[in-house]
Amino acid sequence: MKFTGFSVLFGVLLLAGCEQAPTEPLDNASLPRTRLLTGEQYANTIAQVFGEDISESILPPMPPMARTDGLLASGAAFAGVTSDQISQIQLSAASVAEQVVDEDHRDFLIPCRPESISAGDSACARQFLGETARLLYRRPLDEARLTELVDIASYATEQTEDFYDGLALAIEAILLSPEVIFIVDQTEPDPNRPGEQRLDDYSLAARLSFFLWNAPPDANLLLAAENGELSNPEGLARTVDRLIASSRLEAGMRAFFDDMLGFDDFNSLAKDPMVYPMVTGATLADAREQTLRTIIDHVLTEEADYRDLFTTRKTFMSMSLAPVYGTPSRDGWVPYEFDESSPRIGLLTHVSFLAANSHAVRSSPTLRGKAMRELFLCQHVPEPPPDVDFSGLAEDENALTARARLTVHNENPSCAGCHLITDPMGLSLENFDGAGLFRETEDGAELDITGELDGIFYDDISGLASAMRDHPKLSYCLVNRLYAYGTGGPVTLKDDRDTLSWLETQFIDGGHKLPAVLRDLALSQAFSSIRSIELHSVDIEGDSSMPTNLNDDNPQLTLASAENN
Amino acid sequence: MSKMNRRRFLKGTLNGGLVTVGLPLLNVFLNDNGTAMADGLAIPQRFGTWSWGLGMSKDVFVPKNTGANFDLPPEIAPLAAVQKHINLYTNYNVFKDDAPNLCHHSGWVVLRSGIAPMTRANRPGETIDVSIARKIGNATRFRSLSATATGDVRDSFSYEGGNSVNAPEWSPLRFYERLFGDDFQDPNAQTFNPDPRVMVRKSALSAVQEDTKKLQQSLGMEDRARLDQYFSGLRDLERRFDLQLTKPDPREACIISGAPNDLPSGLDAGLVQKRHRMMTDLMLMALACDQTRVFNMFYASAFSATTKPGYDKPHHTATHEEAVDPALKCQPNTSWYTRQAMEEWAYYVQALADFKEGDGSLLDNSLIYATTDQSFAKIHGIDGIPMFTAGTAGGRIKTGLHLDGGDTPACRLGFTAQRLMGLDINSWGEKSNNTSDEISEILV
Repeated sequence: MKFTGFSVLFGVLLLAGCEQAPTEPLDNASLPRTRLLTGEQYANTIAQVFGEDISESILPPMPPMARTDGLLASGAAFAGVTSDQISQIQLSAASVAEQVVDEDHRDFLIPCRPESISAGDSACARQFLGETARLLYRRPLDEARLTELVDIASYATEQTEDFYDGLALAIEAILLSPEVIFIVDQTEPDPNRPGEQRLDDYSLAARLSFFLWNAPPDANLLLAAENGELSNPEGLARTVDRLIASSRLEAGMRAFFDDMLGFDDFNSLAKDPMVYPMVTGATLADAREQTLRTIIDHVLTEEADYRDLFTTRKTFMSMSLAPVYGTPSRDGWVPYEFDESSPRIGLLTHVSFLAANSHAVRSSPTLRGKAMRELFLCQHVPEPPPDVDFSGLAEDENALTARARLTVHNENPSCAGCHLITDPMGLSLENFDGAGLFRETEDGAELDITGELDGIFYDDISGLASAMRDHPKLSYCLVNRLYAYGTGGPVTLKDDRDTLSWLETQFIDGGHKLPAVLRDLALSQAFSSIRSIELHSVDIEGDSSMPTNLNDDNPQLTLASAENN
Repeated sequence: MSKMNRRRFLKGTLNGGLVTVGLPLLNVFLNDNGTAMADGLAIPQRFGTWSWGLGMSKDVFVPKNTGANFDLPPEIAPLAAVQKHINLYTNYNVFKDDAPNLCHHSGWVVLRSGIAPMTRANRPGETIDVSIARKIGNATRFRSLSATATGDVRDSFSYEGGNSVNAPEWSPLRFYERLFGDDFQDPNAQTFNPDPRVMVRKSALSAVQEDTKKLQQSLGMEDRARLDQYFSGLRDLERRFDLQLTKPDPREACIISGAPNDLPSGLDAGLVQKRHRMMTDLMLMALACDQTRVFNMFYASAFSATTKPGYDKPHHTATHEEAVDPALKCQPNTSWYTRQAMEEWAYYVQALADFKEGDGSLLDNSLIYATTDQSFAKIHGIDGIPMFTAGTAGGRIKTGLHLDGGDTPACRLGFTAQRLMGLDINSWGEKSNNTSDEISEILV
């Protein structure tokens, strides 16, 4: 087997001394995917091949992805490209190409000079286009296709009488290719598993680099693929270790956590300035950044226990955030630690989480509870029920607190089942208003922040933080999302249960350390072995999240307007 | 190298030089009666959609009278000035059959696609604007354009397929730049200089198309379909390149104003109104310059989170939580949100009516189809979901009417609209939504 032997060996080495060294299930394999590049991946591609200035000069022409089983990245496995979007891809390609050959860039992006600008130079075009296409296609071009590109450049040069215009038009054609715009998993027979398939080396390289860096393979990774290094365990391990050791891992993991936390909401998030005058667009942008910095510092720089993110008081502070947190700060980002008496403890008390899961004008215990379950525990809070008569539902206008307002839901059987899933823990964050600012009271009324999370009762925010940190599904959920993100599509419990279970055990036994689980996943058989596509049915609606029903006898208990409260 | 033969041929047609065509600007625009261009070219017919969120409160929305000169209850009072330009359709129904009633989803999906969705992630078929654009959108640079007043790129009721949404323009500045940036060919320019690079682009497309076909062969069925769609998109790009090599017809109404300033994020009703009006003005410019003939404007989403100054519940929250005032027969704040939407619908219609084209207006040559996601949002009702149209589609439909559908399929309106736009279909919609019955009362 291609990796099974290695995986077993690796597992044994890693857990030498453990009595129950887990081994990866023998039939682990993932699905071949055809993923549309996300906007960020497109931008990273252009930056990597042509430079950040060119990348930043255009808006990535990719459509927004539909969040699928918790991740936008998984939506990319199903997203199509409309005619309108292709025209935008073409316009961006033209803009990029024009800049690549302009006088500011040509001398350092193009490795040769034409003998005559007006007459063209096929050898120079071939040299430049060969290497550029290899980086953009993420694999070398065969001779016929390279010749075709050179022909396009030559023809264009004849038409425009400008060698560089000719190159630009050939670059445009490359950037319009579906093999550039889609990340297509290409497979080959697996010599170690007769009758089965594995990713070919270039597809494996792309899967690795988009997983760990959110960017295409660099020249070294392509070289490793070309040399066959990814087909042997030692070579693959060396490569994965290089990718993980690279400073680019940070960008990759920021992208992952940004996706997992649903931070795309920040792209259009705003708070009502009359209600929250202190919270501007800059505040919200910094709130997103604060959480990402905190996560990256914790899980990568410190290599700390993932679970402690929910109880850590360490974070970073900026000038925009300082007034919201009621603390002095100075220019730039500075490490900051909330003191022990502060109600700020862990990610759930960050302005990002609190503000993103609230309304523009008020807090929402239901939204916060729903987000806790869906983002961090991979549980699925049911949709609002169809055809439920809310006509009798009108809140008490005299109710001062959210708890009092939500009482009406909890007295209504149609609503109570699901609001009990979200509200008990959401209400524990009511000391933070809709923008995440601390408040002792709401409209003068005392706040009761006692609560319960899946059988763990607590009195205050730190109790909630601990209950979340110790929740048995917390580690599973991270592993689930990482696996989906890494292999490029949603997991299914039917096919991936054993893989996830194995990976979760690895993660737990390894002390809940992110770099270790990234390595385990990247080197796993499941990551590079491919399930036969004839045998699987892709279920777009597939959802590995577990339904959350408090009452097993009545699975229809549903959430009354979870978006609302 | 055989492909290069075609390129050599193309080279001969342009020969590397620029062609400059001088255009006389006199008498280029209209014929004597203003209905067609001087050369007999008809003023284009156009189809638009408009959408608002969270339906209505029947008691204060649905007029007591049908037919012409219908009364205007409080929620639609803002429509007084445009009443003569619109039709209101009430008591039409969308049917879910064996599909669940997916709150804030089923209603709009049926009205736009004719099919009840099975899940929230499911977008069955394609939307009506896409079908119509395939018919009437091929002569313009953009087959269709979509814009949203919400500032959120995720808000769209237009899709080519389940996972291929037409993402809307969400920033006024970005929309302006897309419309009138480098790629724009001013139809009234005195000279026409076809860009030799366009010829090369068109020629190079064949190689990209071949790549697409080759790639398809190695993929599973679902992914093959996505590549097939990509291939279709490349063909549409080819069509656009052809347009760029053709002198555009002059458009008298095409006058381009300066670039707008962008707006901050947010859903405060005042801000949404401002964004809606800026997007509307840009969309009208695009129409007047014949950049598209199919256009979607999105005022508010199904879960509309528009906020009202001094009120702590966004629109969607208010629909569920606010009590019905028995004296007013509505939820007062929820109704305020609906009136805001109707004010913007009126602005939209008036703007089209005020935009002169020939001896009429843009509205005269358009049909706008306006829909929402629920009827009574408080209970997620979809029965009697209200709809509007505006414009006469070139004098082919009557306006100023209130029609009572008598519980017949709401898809009759979408069917009628598609027939008016020249689609050769005998029915539209699936299961109970299927209809072959036009709303004949509105046909001239």
